[in-house]
Amino acid sequence: MTDRNIHPTPKPDVPRVAPGSDDHWLSRPATVRAAWRVLGVVLGLLVLAQFLVPVKGHFPLENTFAFGAWFGFLACLAMVLAARVLGWWLKKPESYYGEADTPIDAGPGGGDAGPEAGGDDRA
Amino acid sequence: MQAPVAATPVRKPGAMTVPDFLPPGLVLLAGAVLVALTRGGLRNVVVLGTPLVALWLTWQVPDGVVATATYLDYTVQWVEGSAVRRLFATIFCIMSFVGGLYAFRTARGHELAAAFAYAAGAVGVCFAGDLITLFLFWELMAIFSTVIVFCGGTERSRAAGIRYAVIHLLGGVILKVGIESIMVTTGSIEIRALQAQDFGTWMVLLGILVNAAAPPLSAWLADAYPESSPTGSVFLSAFTTKTAVLALILLFPGESVLIGVGLWMVFYGIIYALLENDARRILAYSIVNQVGFMVTAVGIGTETALNGAAAHAFAHIIYKALLFMSAGVVVYRTGLNRCSDLGGLFRTMPLTCACGIIGALAISSFPLTSGFTTKTLISEGAAAQGMAAVYYLLAAASAGVFLHAGIKFPWFVFFQKDSGLRPKDAPWNMGLAMMIFAAACIGLGVYPDPLYALLPYPEDADFYKPGKVLFYLQLLLFSGLAFFLLLPLMKRTETISLDVDWLWRRALPLAWSWAQSSLDAIRDKAVADLHDAKVKLSAWFATHWGGDGFFARSWPISATALWIAALLAAYVLVYFL
Repeated sequence: MTDRNIHPTPKPDVPRVAPGSDDHWLSRPATVRAAWRVLGVVLGLLVLAQFLVPVKGHFPLENTFAFGAWFGFLACLAMVLAARVLGWWLKKPESYYGEADTPIDAGPGGGDAGPEAGGDDRA
Repeated sequence: MQAPVAATPVRKPGAMTVPDFLPPGLVLLAGAVLVALTRGGLRNVVVLGTPLVALWLTWQVPDGVVATATYLDYTVQWVEGSAVRRLFATIFCIMSFVGGLYAFRTARGHELAAAFAYAAGAVGVCFAGDLITLFLFWELMAIFSTVIVFCGGTERSRAAGIRYAVIHLLGGVILKVGIESIMVTTGSIEIRALQAQDFGTWMVLLGILVNAAAPPLSAWLADAYPESSPTGSVFLSAFTTKTAVLALILLFPGESVLIGVGLWMVFYGIIYALLENDARRILAYSIVNQVGFMVTAVGIGTETALNGAAAHAFAHIIYKALLFMSAGVVVYRTGLNRCSDLGGLFRTMPLTCACGIIGALAISSFPLTSGFTTKTLISEGAAAQGMAAVYYLLAAASAGVFLHAGIKFPWFVFFQKDSGLRPKDAPWNMGLAMMIFAAACIGLGVYPDPLYALLPYPEDADFYKPGKVLFYLQLLLFSGLAFFLLLPLMKRTETISLDVDWLWRRALPLAWSWAQSSLDAIRDKAVADLHDAKVKLSAWFATHWGGDGFFARSWPISATALWIAALLAAYVLVYFL
């Protein structure tokens, strides 16, 4: 199958569970909501901190209020949008060049691990 | 302090001088041979011991030329020391040790041997006192780094390795043409500050820029590095581009064209990393991005900027190797590269995840990490020269680094959705290697003075001023906000991104097959036409000379006799008249 050749499959011995089957506290919606709130508070404090800590810029634009905040945000917005637009033109399916990911020499340990690969079981 | 360039006369045959210590590059090369010849515990001792010996020897190299030899009528200076040379050799030796620790239990012997020969080339370039020596070690790196790419062991790694070798051999030829031109026009092979102003110097600059992954040939890096093995990509991330940065510091400080080249690389790396789905390819693009900062710094060319380039290269090797180690453990444990297949790995890989996050914070120049104390030198260098546009672009790029590497890499690999994968964490040696480099990232961020002491020019910068820290925290954390708000625009797609290498991976084969099919069509048409002509000729012969043809027709004898009689009568008449 082409897909199998283009995309490496997981090593057979990787333990797997049904996605989301264990209820880790970090992935709970309540934690995510709390993380957003903490981020909001931290960002707000960072902007307010400028009333206490003067940021001395090298150039005039830098001396505008909360320069780092708005400049960082807008720069990222511009770069994400630029990547998005270029992506329409540059992105192609993974099989575009038709090269497979299959090991050439199926020795012990497969393509990326040598005969000593078994050694890590001791870890 | 940078040692003054020794004015050793060239083109004068002289006796070979040897230093009273072993050159560290040769020690690593001998280590590579031993790694190839030994097995088991002895090989492990060689892998872990050789870089430490080379590191100690690096610090025995004094300033100035310490070893010369006569080659083709030239006095080549095969070992020359200076602060910046020792700085780069130091980090290359440290990288070899920690990389060896990371790899020695899983990498194949020939991959480890190639990695050490590759490191030997890099250290050899560091101490090369002249262009001939530099070229020899440059090619040593090209050959053995290609072997490491091949060690990926897949069809794709073989194809990528061939493309990698072609680009580097091409870069080597360009460099060699430049060196020969400089030798012919100036008679000097010394490594000294040049300006790109004639054919030879331009060729040397272009040859070096090929190894720095500068445009238009940046694609080789992201093409080849992620196709190598999980251990191979750790070594590959360290040497080639950083020796190119050292060569630029030594040969082209203050070359203004490098500012534009560097800024292009900075944004190229960000945009392509944002488009990318392969975890290690994201990191590969971010190498181009980070080397762009260093190239820009060399272009600015002031003492602060050159210190920034050298310090940033030192810090970059550590955090980039750490990031590749973290990604390498994931690939090693799961066999998966793509962000769209990964996610949620923090559950069972806490150490790898934590080390990946520390590397990601360091690459983003987060305060208290090595990126903050080194990359800021470059921005300050631009600001001190009044280069407002360069300064603002570098600030925007710093935000972009947090976006594409600082958050994107750990987020998509270790968090985002739960992939259901529950792999084991790193084996002890890989974990230990990551912890050493993670500690170095934080150590150099908290206390950068030991690194500053090694820089080529005196440096007493202190960036831990409240205003400066606040500015960077605002810049980075609002970039983080942008990342999470714009996440729907960065949904992972199972795609690759076209680059200039499309020309030789797609357009050239297409043109070749088009030319071939055109030639085939012409040949087929010619054969068909000839066949038609033959058929027509046969038919014509058949018509005229065949059984029923005009010339084969039987004529009555009486008519012939009558004609002969008429001719004879005519002849007789003509004769008697």
